[in-house]
Amino acid sequence: MSTAVTDQKETIARSAGGLGAAVRRNGWTLGLVGILALLLVFTRMIQPTYGPSGVQGLAISVLPLALAAVAQTCAVIARGIDLSVGSMMALTSVISARLMEDQSEGFAVLVVIGVLLLGLVLGAVNGALVVVTRVPDIVVTLAMLFVWAGCALLVLNTPGGGSAEWLRGLTQGSIISEWVPKAAVVLIVVIAVIWIPIRRSKLGLSLFAIGSDPLAAFRSGVSVSRTKIFAYMLTGLFSALAGLSLTASTGIGTPVPGPYTLLSVAAVVLGGVSLAGGRGGVFGPVVAVVILSLLRTDMTFLNLNTNLATVAQGLILVGVVMVGSLIQLRRREP
Amino acid sequence: MSEVATSTRSRPRLLTAGGWRSLIRERPIVPLLGLLALLVVLSELIRPGIVSPNWAGVMVRAAIPLAILAGCQTITMLTAGIDLSVGAVASMSGFVVATLVGGPGLGVGIAVAFGVAAIVGFVTGIGVGIFRVHPLIMTLGMSLVVLGLANVWQIEMVQTGAGVPDAFRQLGAGMFFGVVPRSLLVFVPLAILIILVLNRTGFGRLLYAIGDNPVASRLSGVRSWQVLIVLYVISAVLAGVAGFLYSGLTNVASVTLADSALLPSVAAAVIGGTSILGGRGGFGGTIVGALILAVISSILSSLGYPEAVRQILYGAIIVFVAAAYTRITSEA
Repeated sequence: MSTAVTDQKETIARSAGGLGAAVRRNGWTLGLVGILALLLVFTRMIQPTYGPSGVQGLAISVLPLALAAVAQTCAVIARGIDLSVGSMMALTSVISARLMEDQSEGFAVLVVIGVLLLGLVLGAVNGALVVVTRVPDIVVTLAMLFVWAGCALLVLNTPGGGSAEWLRGLTQGSIISEWVPKAAVVLIVVIAVIWIPIRRSKLGLSLFAIGSDPLAAFRSGVSVSRTKIFAYMLTGLFSALAGLSLTASTGIGTPVPGPYTLLSVAAVVLGGVSLAGGRGGVFGPVVAVVILSLLRTDMTFLNLNTNLATVAQGLILVGVVMVGSLIQLRRREP
Repeated sequence: MSEVATSTRSRPRLLTAGGWRSLIRERPIVPLLGLLALLVVLSELIRPGIVSPNWAGVMVRAAIPLAILAGCQTITMLTAGIDLSVGAVASMSGFVVATLVGGPGLGVGIAVAFGVAAIVGFVTGIGVGIFRVHPLIMTLGMSLVVLGLANVWQIEMVQTGAGVPDAFRQLGAGMFFGVVPRSLLVFVPLAILIILVLNRTGFGRLLYAIGDNPVASRLSGVRSWQVLIVLYVISAVLAGVAGFLYSGLTNVASVTLADSALLPSVAAAVIGGTSILGGRGGFGGTIVGALILAVISSILSSLGYPEAVRQILYGAIIVFVAAAYTRITSEA
């Protein structure tokens, strides 16, 4: 491990341009992490009591939206967009809550596995419809937003159901140190287990390939349709995880989709993923979600109207994207 | 301009199978009207005697505000854009008037609502036109800003209370002779204006041109940023009008009143044959699309189906109609 690190350092030191290139490639994400660090320091300054419990609360409240942002990222990288993320979350959340109510803890394991498989199926339906009908992604997933939300209402008409204790315990509290909330660990483990292997595989490469240039990808032998369906399946899987995290954190299932779809699109864009496809990763959107959520917390600490937090989120979204496209315009000009 | 060229080409084939296809391609409103008629017949079959002049009036009344919001989507989609801020802007307009009518009066309220809407549209237009921000993101961000500010305004106004002005209730919900909705007084001139602007003016042509081929339109000297700013201001003001009618129709003043109409407005435009990729479509089809959605809602609620089934069928119909369009138009 340590030798690998030193090796890497040497490589970077040897090629002076290497570090610069790495920074430039991940500049956006690094900038986000910097902003997050500043924001944490600022939070600590205005609220000296902000400590482990604050971080835990932040992690729990961030988890569903962070997973939704990861879900959206998968679709956007493959030059798609999935407006049904929020509805899929609602559907998987109510199904899990309904099945787990008054059942044994062991049965809940089966429920979780089943719901994750369901997420894959929902995503596959979305992807297959996009591929077969050749209708723009945004229209198909807009329609599926209604369909999945309707299904969620069929499963549970009003908020209800229950959650297994171990699932609830998975996101609450901390592990190892009180500064490490379990919800954050869950998020990192989920991303590490699902996203990173895919990102490094051939499939991940084709995901980015069809996103940046479908025609070129097709000519180099990538099955564009199959990869697109796969991208939507990933979106469905992460949406199911987000739905499960909703059930876990609230203890019930709510059939009405929250504001997750549009916020996930916002987080994806803030996280440096190009809506034109083929660029970005899941780390940036997750950091963006944390920043947006921490900003809301800070506003309550400052005794500001929380509605101003919504205004601030909108202004940040618009402002950051404007700056981003300005940089791109500048770069293109010379 | 392309319309003229293609219609002369397709004239001789009108009676063949390919002719039907080109008819649907050039005049999507014809099969849409067929679908609408089919749905009306279906309503009558399901509930004999339900179809009456009064029923038609109620359908039209329900479709009008949706059609105006869908008009915002139509004109922005022609330039390959979309306006997700219409829900927030419409709710804000209705709410602002309802809070101001008691104090400064109706005229001031309407002026303030239109002013705010125009500013929102102007900022959106600057973002989309000058900074080249994706319209989806720009309008999404603006809708968050509008919603937040409307909430702040709501808290400020909580003492004075809010009431939907009588004039809006008359206009939004009233019917002449119990048959003809009064909102047609607003809608008919508006619809004629939109259709004329799209089909007969340079501005309308520029919208189609920018959506059809942005590079070609730039090379032929179109200052697209100016067009886009004007476009988004128009869209926001239209959303304001729809907000007045919504608050009158439902007699509710709330900062989230029209939010639920946002996605149906996109759906109505898509069903009406406007391409989300830009350059193709028109407001006529959108009006029929909004009517179709209103009739479908009515059929499903008269069948006693729960909201859930309504939503599922809604989604299925959008996919089906959009797929049918794509199939037909892509074979050109």
